[in-house]
Amino acid sequence: MSTTAPLIHTVGLTKEYRMGSTVVHALRGISLDIAAGEFVAVMGPSGSGKSTFMNLLGCLDQPSAGEYRLAGEEVSRLSPDQLAAVRNRKIGFVFQHFNLLARTSAVDNVALPLLYAGIAPGERRSRAEARLRQVGLGDRLDHPPTQLSGGQQQRVAIARALANDPMLVLADEPTGALDSRTSVEIMALLQALNREGITIVLVTHEHDVAAAASRMVTFRDGRVVEDRANAAIDAAAALARLPSAADETYTD
Amino acid sequence: MNFAATLRIALAALRVNKMRSALTMLGIIIGVAAVIVMIAVGNGAQARVEDQIRSLGSNIIIVFSGSTLSGGARSSAGSQQAITEDDGYAIGREVEEVHAAAPSLRGAGQVVAGNANWSTTFHGITPDYLEAREWPIAEGRGFEQAEMNGAAKVALIGQTVAKNLFGDGAALDQVIRVRKVPLTVIGVLDKKGQNMMGQDQDDVILMPISTARKRVLGASAMAKSRSVGAITVKIRQGVDMKVAEEKMRELLRQRHRLQAGQDDDFFVRNLSEILQAQEAASKVLAMLLAAVASVSLLVGGIGIMNIMLVSVTERTREIGLRMAVGARGDDILSQFLVEAVTLSLIGGVIGILLGVGGSFLVGELAGWRTELSVAAIGLAVGFAAAVGIFFGYYPARKASSLLPIEALRYE
Repeated sequence: MSTTAPLIHTVGLTKEYRMGSTVVHALRGISLDIAAGEFVAVMGPSGSGKSTFMNLLGCLDQPSAGEYRLAGEEVSRLSPDQLAAVRNRKIGFVFQHFNLLARTSAVDNVALPLLYAGIAPGERRSRAEARLRQVGLGDRLDHPPTQLSGGQQQRVAIARALANDPMLVLADEPTGALDSRTSVEIMALLQALNREGITIVLVTHEHDVAAAASRMVTFRDGRVVEDRANAAIDAAAALARLPSAADETYTD
Repeated sequence: MNFAATLRIALAALRVNKMRSALTMLGIIIGVAAVIVMIAVGNGAQARVEDQIRSLGSNIIIVFSGSTLSGGARSSAGSQQAITEDDGYAIGREVEEVHAAAPSLRGAGQVVAGNANWSTTFHGITPDYLEAREWPIAEGRGFEQAEMNGAAKVALIGQTVAKNLFGDGAALDQVIRVRKVPLTVIGVLDKKGQNMMGQDQDDVILMPISTARKRVLGASAMAKSRSVGAITVKIRQGVDMKVAEEKMRELLRQRHRLQAGQDDDFFVRNLSEILQAQEAASKVLAMLLAAVASVSLLVGGIGIMNIMLVSVTERTREIGLRMAVGARGDDILSQFLVEAVTLSLIGGVIGILLGVGGSFLVGELAGWRTELSVAAIGLAVGFAAAVGIFFGYYPARKASSLLPIEALRYE
């Protein structure tokens, strides 16, 4: 990875959908650079194109036109299998609804990207365990998602996103399904990861959540309408100030 | 990603949905078990017919006297026209295709030995009879010519008679009384089993034909003439049975001085032919059973496809997630394919166990003879695997061709 080139570099990124006879312009030419180590919040009302942008960044979808370089590699013209490899090795995803495999232990969920990376079973397990300990779930290794609280499930999802040492973590409304206290916890965790050098791009429509980022990009109608630095609040400190509500300790 | 990893993913996915996996397997289990049981039943029926052919002796033609079979009004007239002992000897002498011709007399009556008694059939025979029927003697000896000529009071008894008169005790040299005539048991016949009518062939007493005529049948009409009930004829190997049958017919018509146009006063039965027809019928039956069972295997396969399709739809988000964390289309394809094949193979193995057990049960409860066939088991398992691959491919293909973003967004 070059230190001078940005981690994410898009030029005129465009995405159009065809819905029946009408063409929906989800993105109308996004040119944006994100440097390694940034914590960017992508904001905007629904339909602004922020999620579409996120999907393109995550190589889950391909642009109709424009360029997208991830760590200097042009990824917008890669084949589906090559994109799968990019997702596996360079990107970690955190979703609003966690998207954990049901009836599958936390450690196996976290090990999933390692499985597709062709890592041997023993090493998979030890790396997955290390990631779970990193997000504070060292005592929940073999619990299935149903035996975990929402916050814990999202931590498992974050551990999974980190499993294969990605350079970029994409979080799509990661607090959308959580209560406010748990949301702050998750943001504190993301901030901690960012301080360790992981680039984070977060999609949200909540200002409280976006406030944890160091840069805010606002979308409207498929265009970037605002891009500014943000004096990030310290989520860990904010968490400390919250009244210690009945903690969501889970017994089983 | 290697096969072991794919297999582990597939097994984990199946374990997560135990109920659904079990229900999916049910179709294959029933199909495989049905194929195995049906083929076992079909084979059993065939083997039974083959055994009957063996127990009858191969290449057997039996000549009955006209009166014996037609019954009713003709039987009284028939006694004069009946075939004779000499007809039997003449067939053996003059028809070159004949290996052995054995005239025999038949009667029935009460047999007593000590305080046991038994009602059975007896045959007056010549030594050729055992030769023609390919009926070995289990213990003791056969009749000697002197005994044949002298109407000696000796007898060979079948296994069933031996069991009923002497239980587990020794039968040799014991005296049995057939219609009050004391006969010494000089031998016990080997076990023959049932004939094609389901009659117990071991429930029989054999004695020299002269003994039967002069001493046992006594007052009945047959005793006074040389007539016999039947001639058992064994034809040489490799000879056309039809030709032999025709020659015998010619010879008998000549000996009985029948005019052209006059009906035969005897019947010729080619029993092997009847059995061969039965064998062919049982073969068709076996194939039919296997075909019907195969249909259920096919239906089981469609069941797998059905469930796998539902499973792909239901697990669209899971597929999306797997793709998001780096699964390639081929990884998803092989996962679902391995799931389908695993289901059908596990179902196949359970089906084999059930099929083997079921064949045994059918044999025990219905009293049918069943014969397991390794080929049938192999066929059923091979078919189960093929069904898994064939019907698993389409849903797997469908899953692997999903776009990651659409799969993730699927509600």
